[in-house]
Amino acid sequence: MTKKTDHTFPLGVHHRDDVAAKSGRMLRDLNLDDVKSGAVGPDDTSASAETLILQAQFAREAGYNEVAANLTRAAEMTRMPNDEILAIYEALRPGRSTYYQLLSLSQRIASEFAAEETGAYIREAAEAYRDTGLLKMDGDKTS
Amino acid sequence: MTQTVSKRFEKLRARDINKEVFVSELPELGLIVMGSPTDPKPSLEIRDGRIVEMDGRTEKEFDAIDRFIALHAINLENAERAMAMGSLKIARMLVDISVPQREVMDVFSGLTPAMIAEVMSHLNVVEMMMAMQKMRQRKRPADQAHVTNWKENPCLLAADAAEAGLRGFAEEETTVRVARMAPFSALALLVGSQVGRPGVMTQISCEEALNLRLAMKGLATYAETLSVYGTIPSFLDGDDTPWSKGILASAYASRGVKSRFTSGSGSEALMGYGLGWSMLYLEIRCILMVKGAGSQGVQNGSISCIALPEALPNGVRGVLAENLVAASLGLEVAAGNDAMSSHSQMRKTAKLMLQMLPGTDFVTSGHSVMPRKDNLFGGGNFDAEDMDDWLVIQRDMQVDSGLKPVREGDVLAVRETGARAIQAVFQELGFPEISNEEVAAATTAFSSDDMPDRDSIADLAAADAFLESDKTALDVVRALASSGFEDVAEAVLEMQRQRVLGDYLHTSAVFDENFTVASAVNTPNDYEGPGSGYRVEGKIWQDICALPQALDPEALVSGEASDPNLLLDPVGKAVEGSGQEVVVALGPAFATAMNKTLADLAHADVLRAILDGVESESVSWRVVKVWHGADVADIGLSGARLSGSGIGIGLQSKGTALIHKKGLAPLNNLELLSMAPNLTLDSYRALGRNAACYATGRAPSPVPMKIDNMARLRLIVHTTLLHHREVNQIDETRGVEEMSVTFR
Repeated sequence: MTKKTDHTFPLGVHHRDDVAAKSGRMLRDLNLDDVKSGAVGPDDTSASAETLILQAQFAREAGYNEVAANLTRAAEMTRMPNDEILAIYEALRPGRSTYYQLLSLSQRIASEFAAEETGAYIREAAEAYRDTGLLKMDGDKTS
Repeated sequence: MTQTVSKRFEKLRARDINKEVFVSELPELGLIVMGSPTDPKPSLEIRDGRIVEMDGRTEKEFDAIDRFIALHAINLENAERAMAMGSLKIARMLVDISVPQREVMDVFSGLTPAMIAEVMSHLNVVEMMMAMQKMRQRKRPADQAHVTNWKENPCLLAADAAEAGLRGFAEEETTVRVARMAPFSALALLVGSQVGRPGVMTQISCEEALNLRLAMKGLATYAETLSVYGTIPSFLDGDDTPWSKGILASAYASRGVKSRFTSGSGSEALMGYGLGWSMLYLEIRCILMVKGAGSQGVQNGSISCIALPEALPNGVRGVLAENLVAASLGLEVAAGNDAMSSHSQMRKTAKLMLQMLPGTDFVTSGHSVMPRKDNLFGGGNFDAEDMDDWLVIQRDMQVDSGLKPVREGDVLAVRETGARAIQAVFQELGFPEISNEEVAAATTAFSSDDMPDRDSIADLAAADAFLESDKTALDVVRALASSGFEDVAEAVLEMQRQRVLGDYLHTSAVFDENFTVASAVNTPNDYEGPGSGYRVEGKIWQDICALPQALDPEALVSGEASDPNLLLDPVGKAVEGSGQEVVVALGPAFATAMNKTLADLAHADVLRAILDGVESESVSWRVVKVWHGADVADIGLSGARLSGSGIGIGLQSKGTALIHKKGLAPLNNLELLSMAPNLTLDSYRALGRNAACYATGRAPSPVPMKIDNMARLRLIVHTTLLHHREVNQIDETRGVEEMSVTFR
């Protein structure tokens, strides 16, 4: 077991009663009867940013630094709607964005969703794309 | 000179192995598995906390992959020390049981792609297997199932998913022939899998955006469709970059979905962009990208391109090397063995052993639970018909590759429940009806040929509507609960709760039947040589041993049955006879404690045939029972010594028989019918006739024998146990007794 101050992995075994969903609903209050009565929404079955940050800590302590970095970006992305995520993906595909489009996306994402790591990742991509020819070409009309 | 043809070569040319194409190396076209002459040489320069030169290329010369690796996949704290160690030393650390896994991982975290390739070049396959046993991330290996069917029948899919769960698969993957069926296939897989074994994780392989939508609906718990390539032109063909793929890994995790990437030797060469580098070097670039993106794992091992490295020298070794590199970099490995790898069963199995024996997180990236024709991944490497072979190999080698023996009745029960559960969900959610006829057919089906056709237009329309609706896995839970499948509903709901917890986002995570996660974080592989790491023992070993087709040896040894059609009455101690007679000497269990030979011939019939043969030459006979031993030569010679002619027949209860002659050494007989399982009543009649000929001084032709070289293989257990019964009847105090014979 990995010790993290007052948390022990896995949460499902050691902290089941203390974990809340993205909606704030406690996991212990998510029962079959609640589902049957229709009183459960999608955010009741989604992880919160706090939980993913905790999972990132578990990963880091177990020596999986890259997994931890990914879970940190994922924690930020819990705050983004599905469409926003699909839009970021599209912007990062080859030849889709200019350098400045990626930079402005990076800034907007970082400030709008308190997504510093995700913003930095996009900014890093902008520079890499600029240096290795993966940006949208000048003559390219698509936006 | 005339071209002559060898009949043996002609046979060889027709063998399965020669249906494959083999080709010599040609590095310029990427046709080289390891060690291309143009592969970069290892080097690394770090300045001001950043990598400015790597594997002979300066920062300015980096392509986007180099850049991604330099930024995300190399631990600068470990790099200088690790690179200075030298590749041979690192290769030895991989194999050395006194160097713990974590120490090797620390070294690997500081290596460049070319250095990792050089480390692999020092290892032969046995050393790679040793290393894999240590570097696998999860303590216990597992396996992944492929579950699809040609008709895309959701009822059959649910039944197959249930069977896969029962068989022990930790993950199940489906895919679609018609993309629009994806929502129904994902749904049927989810419901069926939880019937088979709560906690099985499921995924559907389809187009990336659709995949993500289905996962967001709660219909899939993991994804492994994120393909990466080792050269930028190949990446661009896939319309992605390392950064775009990387953001998807974060996107899946943000929605509580476990993901792993996909890569594998040969894809770049196949796409025409190998750039002269070896397949392994390219694959190492992929694996480092996967690590840099923060994915917990990768499915590699060439996957769908497997036939290409296999066409080349060193191909299977190279594929094991790529599995090992991924594990050594701390990634979960789903190790390939999923796409058809050979026409030859021998070659296919040989390749499998490289992953099966050391164990990988998933020994295959997909093992069909259904027959090959129903595998929509392009036909599986191992399928429904190979299940028992797999289980026997586990039992032979005492290895656990994730599966356990199952009983036919249990399989039928979970298949029916799976089929009924999806029937109920379809009904509750207003989807096109699944009939009772379909449920019955899915329960017992071999393949989708056994299924009635569905109205696929109606199914597709309903699947479209389901995708567009706001219905999620929670509606599925509700449907199951309100139609009497509370336990399945609870399992599907628990899978949703696990998304809230996120425990299964970690490296190599799988669930047990109580949804307790087993990952590299809480169950790391702690192999450090004999007596450590994962050992196949206890309940798991008992389960692996308990093949349903295994015989109960007690029943075979202890059962005693006399032959009701043959009465042997002892009439006193046997004495020497006179004249042209043949003495038939029987083993101690004959007709009294046993009643059939290995050829399933009744003792009464066998003795009758021998006596008929003797009588056909107008020679008289006596029957004695030898109580002092069970050896056929001893029995036969004992009879011969009592015979007036000096000729005796020895007959063991299991059917082995011979003709012996007084004065010969015990192991030197006149004729031996050693292949008891192949003998017929005609053989025994001929044996009697020949004995009579010897008794009257004539030289007969030996009894013809049918040759069946597999008989020993088939019957050695029976032979052992039946002979044990004979030995149990030995009673030395009774010696040899004369028998009066009555046939009924």
